[in-house]
Amino acid sequence: MSETLLKVRGLKIGATVFPPGEKPHDITIVHGVSFDLAPGKVLGLIGESGAGKSTIGLAAMGYGRGGVKITGGEVFVNGRDILKGGIKGLRELRGAEVTYVAQSAAAAFNPAKKLMEQVTEAAISHGKFSKSDAEKRAVALFAKLGLPDPENIGERYPHQVSGGQLQRVMTALALCPEPDLVVFDEPTTALDVTTQIDVLAAIKEAIRDTGVAALYITHDLAVVAQVSDHIMVLRGGNTVEYGDTDQIINAPVDDYTRALVTVRSIDHEEKSPSDNPVLQVKNITARYKGTNFDVLSDINVELHAGQTLAVVGESGSGKSTLARVITGLLPPSHGSIEFGGHTLTPDLPNRPMEDLRELQMIYQMADVAMNPRQTVGTIIGRPLELYFGLRGEEKRKRIRELLEEIEMGDGFVDRYPAELSGGQKQRVCIARCLAAKPKLIICDEVTSALDPLVADGILKLLLDLQKIEDVSYLFITHDLATVRAIADSIAVMYQGRVVRYGPKSEVLAPPFDDYTDLLLSSVPEMELGWLEKVISSRKMESAGN
Amino acid sequence: MHPVLTLVAQRLALGILLLFAASALIFVGTQILPGDVAQSILGQSATPESLANLRKELGLNEPALSRYFSWLGNALQGDLGTALTNGRDIAESLGSRLGNTMFLAGTAAVISVPLAIFLGLLAVRYKDRWPDKLISAVTLTSISIPEFLIGYVLMYFISVKLGWFSSVAMINDGMSFFEKLNAIALPVMVLVMVVLAHMMRMTRAAILNVMQSAYIETAELKGLSGFQVIAKHAFPNAISPIVNVVMLNLAYLVVGVVVVEVVFVYPGMGQYLVDHVSKRDVPVVQACGLIFAAVYIGLNMLADIISILANPRLRHPK
Repeated sequence: MSETLLKVRGLKIGATVFPPGEKPHDITIVHGVSFDLAPGKVLGLIGESGAGKSTIGLAAMGYGRGGVKITGGEVFVNGRDILKGGIKGLRELRGAEVTYVAQSAAAAFNPAKKLMEQVTEAAISHGKFSKSDAEKRAVALFAKLGLPDPENIGERYPHQVSGGQLQRVMTALALCPEPDLVVFDEPTTALDVTTQIDVLAAIKEAIRDTGVAALYITHDLAVVAQVSDHIMVLRGGNTVEYGDTDQIINAPVDDYTRALVTVRSIDHEEKSPSDNPVLQVKNITARYKGTNFDVLSDINVELHAGQTLAVVGESGSGKSTLARVITGLLPPSHGSIEFGGHTLTPDLPNRPMEDLRELQMIYQMADVAMNPRQTVGTIIGRPLELYFGLRGEEKRKRIRELLEEIEMGDGFVDRYPAELSGGQKQRVCIARCLAAKPKLIICDEVTSALDPLVADGILKLLLDLQKIEDVSYLFITHDLATVRAIADSIAVMYQGRVVRYGPKSEVLAPPFDDYTDLLLSSVPEMELGWLEKVISSRKMESAGN
Repeated sequence: MHPVLTLVAQRLALGILLLFAASALIFVGTQILPGDVAQSILGQSATPESLANLRKELGLNEPALSRYFSWLGNALQGDLGTALTNGRDIAESLGSRLGNTMFLAGTAAVISVPLAIFLGLLAVRYKDRWPDKLISAVTLTSISIPEFLIGYVLMYFISVKLGWFSSVAMINDGMSFFEKLNAIALPVMVLVMVVLAHMMRMTRAAILNVMQSAYIETAELKGLSGFQVIAKHAFPNAISPIVNVVMLNLAYLVVGVVVVEVVFVYPGMGQYLVDHVSKRDVPVVQACGLIFAAVYIGLNMLADIISILANPRLRHPK
């Protein structure tokens, strides 16, 4: 075996794009990237969306997603230039020498086939193992990755196991054919923070024990710091910085890397509660039609004028359901909601227009929350017409003001959503909310789909607007860093209940209840060896009990 | 009870309900047809007395509702009544003809369904390349030409010019299985050409839709060959839409063969129906309608049930 397992030289990747209203043309996504990976080592590829990190990872398997093509450079695996071997050579490489772990295991498994069949398929079809040997190896990997009932879990179908378990099975799938290199493409991004830490630990242990090399692709620097030996920071298809993990984290040279390391720099002074609550959620219990369990049980929270209440929890904790109850989309089975001094009608269709105006909402997916065939001006102008009857010049003036407020010029009035970046789309959604002059805006995971630096800009904007407009936010998120940045008070939700509630300074200070402790300690920190520290302290605790 | 059994039972119950609704529609439909059965049997020269007698004999003076229920009750017991024109038992005459139609449709199905799916898979494998375009063009052409025209064209070239098969698809009980197959070769060809395009295009579209899924990428990154990816990973997830269109086409084969049967003088249901419609023989038309409705509803119900069974989430709940 040669010294370097994977050698990439001057890799150029292009794609054909079809922008609306323009002729299709070729663009370059990756502009000549080079790196080496020695056997058994882990290289982290990090960058924001569009940086080309996944594209580079897949290029190590000679694969281009959709219309993506490798246009130049060389990729050597075990000393062989894989781009010169044709499709036949690539098929011998894929699933045998190099394997892949996808971001969403839930989508990456064939729903019609049992897990065992899918895990062993590559190893068998490449003739690496016989069927029974491959199955034995799979069971051993299931056990190593900490899956429950490793002997039988392979008999299940993908929908019968949880997301975190599926991601481990995917790792087993990648390791089963004894590859030399595994490409991990955001393997923990879709998981809850408390699940992520376990999967991350399992992946790291599996990499160490099998001696496989890995390309670890993620947008989260704190995560990649835990698993990789080297890190390459990418931006717009170019290498920004490439070095030791220790150097990148502790002594970044480039400004962009420094910005990534120190992201979430927002400092927000907590406001003390006034005696003027905008929203009071009283004893709310709710369940979905046709089910027999409560998704929310006995929720009591309060939000004051000009302040932010952050509702944190994992997926399934009921935080988005709470938003549905407050907006009237899901009438509660018990309890009431006081808003601006009066009780809200439980169901949306019967609410007076004035209540609808004063309670607005911003969503996670800005691009599907806007009509793609309307211009920014029409989108923002609609609530102005609906609630205030503004027309003509008056309306145009107000639209310009709103665009000013969200720090976008009036040059955007005639643009369509497809012509905006992710952050700009979310800003337009914010402007649409503000147009209604609401008292309360419910923000449902509004920064989760955005890159960290862009998300930071949105949070700053929201805080600035709060000062100007005196609006309150009910901020739903799973991200504790976001909570720290903007909340005045916090409600921690778990399995449909509020397990901890109070001003930010109290909620985030010990002594913690068990769940909040688990949640807080699971958030990856930008520090080498953090993962081992947390895992070993948890082991000690459980041994102590 | 297993949730799948509940779902299947629901489909069955719904199918039966639908069949009752169809029977009511057929009955109402034949009632509101203009003209009078007694008049058409006896002709223009009939005396009012003989008309009145025949009406009474046929039970035409009873209220429609009671006639519907007695017809339905008898039909449920297998008694479809007697034909007005020749006084023969309808169930008996239908029996052999239904068998013939099923034989013709079945043979066409056995050839066309696997062929359509195979061509669909092939079209996906060579998407946007010449095999795909050729398959699409040929099947689209064959579906665009009326089946009677295809029938006559085939008859002219294959049977008249080449002399391979008989132009008239007459079969009887004395013939062996292979003699029968030989006799129906031409109508089977026509039917296959008519139903192929629809099923093949649906297979292609359904699989192309599945090919966008992330798990297809997983399969490709396992180094599987193009055809393995399509057949092993895409096809099992495209079964539901494919089965639905296959069943619709099978139903068409049974119900829609009327024209083809007439062209080839084949002694099936279609001929029988066309003969008796022209003679205004209401009980026969009702009986044929009921059988066609049952076939249609039955096959579509089967498609639903197969779709349910093909869904691993329903088959293996958490």
